[in-house]
Amino acid sequence: MQNSRNKALSEREDFIMTKGDKKENIKCDQQSLAGAVSQRACVYSGARVVLNPVKDAYHLVHGPIGCASYTWDIRGSLTSGADVFRSSFSTDLKEKDIVFGGETKLKLVIEELMEAEQYEPEVIFIYSTCVVGVIGDDLKAAARKAEKKYGIRVIPVESSGFAGTKSKGYKAACEALLTLMDDFKAENNGVESSKKAADNRNEIKKLSQQNEDYGELDTKEKIRLLQKKLSQINSLQTGKAIENFKNKKLKEQAEVSSYSKKINLLGDYNLAGEGWIIENYLNQVGIELVARFTGDSSIKDIRKAPTADLNIVQCAGSMKYLAKRMEKKFGIPFLEISFLGLQDSLDSLRQIAQHLGDQIIINNVEKLIARRLPDTEAKLRIYKNYLSGKKAAIYVGGAFKAISLVKQFNDLGIKTVMVGTQNGKESDYEKLRELTDPGTIILDDANPSELEVFMREKGADVLVGGVKDRALAYKMGIAFFDHNHERKDPLVGFEGVVNLAQELDLTINSPIWKTIRSGIDE
Amino acid sequence: MQDLVPKEYKERNSLVINPVKTCQPIGAMYAALGVHGALPHSHGSQGCCSYHRMHLTKHFREPVVASSSSFTEGASVFGGRANLETALKNIFAVYDPQVVAINTTCLSETIGDDIGSIINGFDVPEGKTIIHASTPSYVGSHITGFSNMVKAMIKQLSEKNEEAKTNNKLNLIPGFVDPGDIREIKRILEAMDIDYILFPDQSDVLDTPLDGNYDMYPEGGVTIPELNDTGNSQATIALGEFASADSAFELEKKHDVKPYILKSPVGIKATDELLMQLMKLTGKEVPAKIEKERGQLVDIIADTHHQFHGKKVAVYGDPDIVISLTEFVLSLGMRPVHVLTGTPDNKFEETVTEMMSDADWEYNITAGGDLFQLHQWIKNDPVDLLLGNSYGKLVARQEDIPLVRVGFPILDRSVHSYLPTIGYKGAILLVEKISGALLDRKDRDTDFELTEFVL
Repeated sequence: MQNSRNKALSEREDFIMTKGDKKENIKCDQQSLAGAVSQRACVYSGARVVLNPVKDAYHLVHGPIGCASYTWDIRGSLTSGADVFRSSFSTDLKEKDIVFGGETKLKLVIEELMEAEQYEPEVIFIYSTCVVGVIGDDLKAAARKAEKKYGIRVIPVESSGFAGTKSKGYKAACEALLTLMDDFKAENNGVESSKKAADNRNEIKKLSQQNEDYGELDTKEKIRLLQKKLSQINSLQTGKAIENFKNKKLKEQAEVSSYSKKINLLGDYNLAGEGWIIENYLNQVGIELVARFTGDSSIKDIRKAPTADLNIVQCAGSMKYLAKRMEKKFGIPFLEISFLGLQDSLDSLRQIAQHLGDQIIINNVEKLIARRLPDTEAKLRIYKNYLSGKKAAIYVGGAFKAISLVKQFNDLGIKTVMVGTQNGKESDYEKLRELTDPGTIILDDANPSELEVFMREKGADVLVGGVKDRALAYKMGIAFFDHNHERKDPLVGFEGVVNLAQELDLTINSPIWKTIRSGIDE
Repeated sequence: MQDLVPKEYKERNSLVINPVKTCQPIGAMYAALGVHGALPHSHGSQGCCSYHRMHLTKHFREPVVASSSSFTEGASVFGGRANLETALKNIFAVYDPQVVAINTTCLSETIGDDIGSIINGFDVPEGKTIIHASTPSYVGSHITGFSNMVKAMIKQLSEKNEEAKTNNKLNLIPGFVDPGDIREIKRILEAMDIDYILFPDQSDVLDTPLDGNYDMYPEGGVTIPELNDTGNSQATIALGEFASADSAFELEKKHDVKPYILKSPVGIKATDELLMQLMKLTGKEVPAKIEKERGQLVDIIADTHHQFHGKKVAVYGDPDIVISLTEFVLSLGMRPVHVLTGTPDNKFEETVTEMMSDADWEYNITAGGDLFQLHQWIKNDPVDLLLGNSYGKLVARQEDIPLVRVGFPILDRSVHSYLPTIGYKGAILLVEKISGALLDRKDRDTDFELTEFVL
């Protein structure tokens, strides 16, 4: 067994490095080897996890039943209203559909969906799967026909499983979301005004980017310059504000008038209500959340997304693409933020406020922080007593989660002895190398044997990962912390950092790990 | 929660809403895990393999390892031969399994990869075995996939010795059941002093103890020599027609081993039938301790029958277990009013209809149905109890009906895979669960003034 493990490692040497070693780079962002016991999924999976939380859309999986079954309510995104997204719709392709093509069945399925009385779909997303890509069903044509017939939006999602990696699926989902946003342009603004708004936003963006030039000035002077710039930005935004105001329905005016700025939240899936926590902070400081991408999002919200002043991107891996596209298309600037971890949460709130350039919001953020920080820090201090000196292994999908975890572990006195991701990019791994201590194993697209070897070698007390790794960790007698789709407690913001510490304590310090080696053997 | 299920039926022949089945490959993967030292291999995109592992891990709460051919666009155009060859080389070099059990997917089936010929051209390392099953996701269900993989084991591995001497063993195919069930079957066979070859055997693979060591290939599973020897057995007992019969017939066709197809032994009647068949085939007696368990089960049902009589129940899930559960709840005096499987097969409807011949109440039976249909039935004819997998929670919550979890998958409760549903012991546990669920409901709904300690 030891022999095979060594072999297992030599085959993948380039994908693994140890902090402090000579090796400069890690190989990543590659397809897995054929025959690999990889934890990775497919294009379809990427599209499904990103798009499925759109709560009032009909998510129709065009393929054999499996693709729909395995992803049925997989994400754990909470909803505040419609929950049609929690049902699983499939064309359940059979042999004859594969032979003669699946378009006929797709047409029938859409017909049945439209004719069912209880359903009034406004938008149907049709997900393409492996076999559909191979038999070459023309989803676009089918969608167009259905749109014409029923007067609703039917949007194909190009997500044939084999056609790339999970990241490509994220993009396919983002494209579908952009298609939805096109409706906004057509319905509300017209091309001209939207272009004007985009020009305005680009101007604002240029102004905001000059931010870093104040280096050595004293604080008063900095504020003075900042204020001046803000007033410039505000005057540019006034025009747009009036334009937006006109477009608003009367019933919305009252609630919206108290917010001076509007933003979209990208790359949050409202797992365990995380999106609600972030929204709550934003509202408290005077920011309106227009649309969420995509946790607890509705079609209506998404269509309004182009009216926002700013996009904030939580999970960059899945949504930076959308942010860039929206910047280009609608002139909405974006900020990569992270509400995972205390320092990152504080930084993010401040960055958002600065970027919006509204002094009231800037002040409100400081008030919010002043209100919440002492209590949070006090709680963390308690958990630090229980966690300091423990060793953690991290293996997660997205690199942004890994990075924030390492930071949070550093704060809690937990040493990260191994960190890996399924979909990390070179820059992510550089960042990880900066954050970790010498000797830390850093790896890309790991398999269970590797995780096992390194966890054992480094004496990890806890593994942070997804559902497939939970059983492995337990089998080794190591605690486990769920940082994936299935997590049940929110991990963002002030609440989240405390939850994280609490859950880590709960699993690392469970008596079960001591029980394993006590008892009848001794 | 939105109520998206109307009472009124509308014709629906194409659209599936909330499936009660999944695709072939996961069944094949589960079957393959019941072979000692086997690494299941999925010949298709990475996603399939990842989903199957995840789903099995969620049900069993155990590590599930499998590899994938990791198809790319190139493979999908030019065929997956190169991917499979590279995969096999990598697998033997890196993960060193005794056996690789390959299942196909809708993708590789559609592009037309001929796995048999690819394997024939592959230089299999000394002492290693490759099994391969064709498991197109667009035919049947996960139960079909399970059956196909077990059949492949027989087709490709069973042998008969030249002297045509029997090994005095019984072949036993347990079907798509949990390790806890397999342990129970083995306990019964051992109590009766019967030599057997049981396959596939996931006990000691997906219910291993926690001792601080992770073993990629745990000690359990049927061995290759055992599978070779199945052609010399006295007879084959296949439990569950849908998951196991084809393999038993294959053994008959190939080596003239006589097949006996029984129901999955859930409940008294089906367990009685299994024991009678075992006695008949081997001439062995049922030992007193097993008889005593039967007596205890009967005693327990006598103590509790008033809780069950006339209660309406909906049973859904995989065909073999649903058929036996239906028979069992009938024997408890309950009224199965809705019986549904997602696996498409008319035999299911025939079998259940026959079972219900004495029923003087209205009932629905469907194969190839979905949970939406079951939900509509329940809206029109409400039930007191749901029996089936975790997905029924959707209906249970919306209609406020107690749910007893049986079958696959169970994703929201633990321990189930360690305990039997089959045999007398399994029936005792089922009675406890059903009775508990009904009485918990009664306690919840009874006014405090009327609440009693003794029920």
